[in-house]
Amino acid sequence: MTDKLGIVVNASLEKGVEVRLDAPVSVEDMVVGRYVTIEGQKRRFFGMITDVRLGVTDESLSISPPDVSDPFIADVLNGTSNFGQIHVTPMLTIGGDADAIAEGPQPVKTIPAHYCAVNLATEADIENVFGKEDKQRFFVGNPLDMETKLCLNLEEFVKRSNGIFGKSGTGKTFLTRILLIGILQKSKAVNLIFDMHSEYGWKGTHEGGAPVKGLKQLFPSNVAVFTLDEESSRRRKVATDYVVKIGLNEITPEDVSILRSTLNLTDLAVEAAYQLRKVLGKDWLNKVLNLGEEELEDLLKASNIHEGSLQSLKRGLGTIGRLGFVVPEAKDDAVKNILDYLQQGRNVVLEFGRYQEIAAYLLVANLLSRRIYSSYQRKMEEAIAADSDALKPRPLVITIEEAHKFLNPEVADKTIFGTIAREMRKYNVSLLVIDQRPSGINEEVMSQLGTKITCLLDNERDIDAVLSGVSGKNELKSVLARLAPKQQALIFGHAVPMPVAFQPREYGSAASYKDFTSSSPSSPEKPPEDIEKLWE
Amino acid sequence: MSTKQNKIAEVIEASTAQFTAQCYELYEVPSLGALVRTGDIYGIVAHAETTGMEPGRKPIARGKDAATEEAVYKDSPQLKKLLRSEFTAAVVGYRKEGKIHQYLPPQPAKIHAFVYLCPPEEVDEFSKSFTFLNILINSAFSVPAEEVIASSLRQMSHVREDSRSFLVSAGKELANLLASNIARVRNILEKLKID
Ligand SMILES: Nc1ncnc2c1ncn2[C@@H]1O[C@H](COP(=O)(O)OP(=O)(O)OP(=O)(O)O)[C@@H](O)[C@H]1O
Ligand SMILES: [Mg+2]
Repeated sequence: MTDKLGIVVNASLEKGVEVRLDAPVSVEDMVVGRYVTIEGQKRRFFGMITDVRLGVTDESLSISPPDVSDPFIADVLNGTSNFGQIHVTPMLTIGGDADAIAEGPQPVKTIPAHYCAVNLATEADIENVFGKEDKQRFFVGNPLDMETKLCLNLEEFVKRSNGIFGKSGTGKTFLTRILLIGILQKSKAVNLIFDMHSEYGWKGTHEGGAPVKGLKQLFPSNVAVFTLDEESSRRRKVATDYVVKIGLNEITPEDVSILRSTLNLTDLAVEAAYQLRKVLGKDWLNKVLNLGEEELEDLLKASNIHEGSLQSLKRGLGTIGRLGFVVPEAKDDAVKNILDYLQQGRNVVLEFGRYQEIAAYLLVANLLSRRIYSSYQRKMEEAIAADSDALKPRPLVITIEEAHKFLNPEVADKTIFGTIAREMRKYNVSLLVIDQRPSGINEEVMSQLGTKITCLLDNERDIDAVLSGVSGKNELKSVLARLAPKQQALIFGHAVPMPVAFQPREYGSAASYKDFTSSSPSSPEKPPEDIEKLWE
Repeated sequence: MSTKQNKIAEVIEASTAQFTAQCYELYEVPSLGALVRTGDIYGIVAHAETTGMEPGRKPIARGKDAATEEAVYKDSPQLKKLLRSEFTAAVVGYRKEGKIHQYLPPQPAKIHAFVYLCPPEEVDEFSKSFTFLNILINSAFSVPAEEVIASSLRQMSHVREDSRSFLVSAGKELANLLASNIARVRNILEKLKID
C-alpha cells in the first residue's frame, strides 16, 4: 500500500477535512483512529481519521448499481465514479518555515487548501509529535496499525490527576500496570496503589493464561507490598513488607459519611455519627459498638439523637467493626510506615486480599489517603515557608479503582479524593483513577483530570462523560466507540500533544518483562557508581 | 510522407469540427471509429454512407433475376459510377511541429485534400492521450457518440500490447468526464467489454 491516501476536497475548521481517496487505496484499509498528515501549502497538518465513507459521483449508481461481477466494469468505476472518502479531524499543525518548526506542533487554527495531498503519518511524523523514548518519555504502546512507538511524557503526566476508563475486561488493569512502571522509571513521582483485587503487587490474573507478574516481581527494590489480609497474601505466596491494621479510633465521622449509601445509612444516622464523636471523643466508634443498653439510653437522652438513627448507625458501624483488619486500636502507625516507604522512593501497593467489598475499599483508601495527604500538606507548607525545594516531599500518585464510588456527586465533596482531584497537585499529590463507569464521577472532578486514557466504552453516558469538554468530541466518540474490546485505548489531554488511539504494549510475556526492566531501572538521578565511591 | 501511406479518400466538405470525404473505391469505407488523417488534421470516423451520385435520386432495385448480389454489379458496371461511399470524421486533433495536440486545429481541412487511414504506429502515438474523448462526447452526429467512442477505443486497444489496461484507463477517463451522467459511461463500457 502506498502512503499517499488521497487529496483534500472539502474542509471547514468546524467540521474537519474531507478527503477523497486515490483509486488504489482501499476504504477497507482506512480505519478510524489512524493518523494522517496533510501537506498544506504553508504548513503540515496532523489529523486523525474519524470517519470513512463511500462516495459516488452520480446518485443513480446507488439506485441501480453497475454489474461489478464484471471485473472490467469494476476496475473502471473503482476510484472514478465510486470512490472512498475519509473524514479527517485535524489536531495539530507544524509550520513550514524554520522558526515554526522550532516552535513545534501548534493547535489548529486554519484548514488545508483544496487538493492538498493526504498521507498516512509515518514513524518520523509520530516521533516528531510525541517524542522519542528518553529520560521522561515512556513507551506505552503503538498508535493503531502502526509499528511506531508511542511515547508518553510521564513527568508531564504526573503533574495532574489522570483517569483510566473502559468497560470491564478492556485492559484497564494491564494498562495501569504499564503506566505505573512508566511512572516508576521515568518520573520523580512515587506510587501508592490501593489494590482492590490484589493484581498489581505480586501477580495479576491474565484471561486465558498464566498469571502475570506484579510490580514487585519486576522491581523488587522499588516496590513494597502492604497487605490488609496477611493470610491471603501468605496463601498466594506474596512476599509482603507490612501488614496494615486500622484502629477503630482512627475512623472519623467523615469516613462514615462516605460509606452512607454503601452501608445503607440514613442521613440522620450519619448526622448522629458527628454528634457522637463530639460527645464521646476520639474513641467514639469503639464506645458506640461496646455500649450497654443503659449507657445507650443515657446517651440518647443527653443528645437529641433519634433512637432509629442510632440503631441504623450501629448496624453500619458493626459492618466496619467486623472487617478483619479493623482492630480496636492499631499498635503501629500504618500511615507513618507508608510515608516512610514513599519518602525513600519506594512504591507501595496495598493489597486488600479477601476484603474485596466496596465498604472496606472505600474506608481504607479514604482514611489512609486523608492522613497521608495531610502529612504532605504540612510538609509542603513547611517547604514553601523555608523556600526549599529539597524539603518538598516526593510527588505522590495515588491509584484508586472503582473511582466513581469515591468521586460520585454525592461524596466527591466529602472524600479526600475529591479534594486532591480539584487541587491539581498543589501539595504534590495527584490521582490515577480507574473506573468502568465514568458517568458516575462528579463532572467537575472529571474536568480536572489532566490526561484521560479510555479503553472501549459502550454506554452512551459514559462516553459523554469521558469526552465532555474535549474539542472534536463527536469525532473522538466514533473512534472510541470502535476500539477493540481489549487492549486498545484512546489517550487525550494534558500529557499528549494530540489525542491518539493506540494499542498498549504487551504485558505478560517473558520478553515484555525483559523490555520493561531493561530500560533504566529507576532513580535516574542516582549518581554513577564511581562518584559515589569518592564519598566513601 | 512515405508512399506506403494508405490513401483512401478525398475531402469534399470541411468545417472546423468535422470533414466529409468521398472514398476512392465504392464501399471501401474506413470502419466506424477509425483514426484518419488529412494534412495535419486527425479525425475519427463518425458516420459513413453510400448513396446515389445525383442528389435526391434513389437507385432502383436491379437484382430480381440475378443469382447473386455480385452478379448485380457485374451486369451493370456503370453502377460503380452512379454510386458513391462517403464518410464524415469528427476532427479530434492536429499535428503541429511534430507534436499531436488533441484539440481543434485553427483551420479546417481543405477540399480535395487526401485522407489517409492511420497505420498502427500512428494510432498508438495518437492514443497516448485521452483528451480527444471529450471532443467526441460533446459532438452531435447522426450516430450516437457512445457508439463512435466505443468503436474507436476498441480499435485503438488492438494496437496495444495490453489492450485491457488501455481500455480500463480510457474507461476511467470517461467516468471522470461523465461523472454526473453515469448512464452514458455504463453504456460505453458495455460496448467496450465485448471484445
Ligand atoms: N497490554 C496488554 N497485554 C496483554 N494482555 C492484555 C493487555 N491488555 C489487556 N489484555 C488482556 O485483556 C484482559 C483483560 O484486561 P484487564 O484485566 O486489564 O481488564 P480490566 O479493564 O481491568 O477489567 P475489569 O474492569 O474487569 O477489572 C487481560 O486478562 C489480558 O488477557
Ligand atoms: Mg481491572
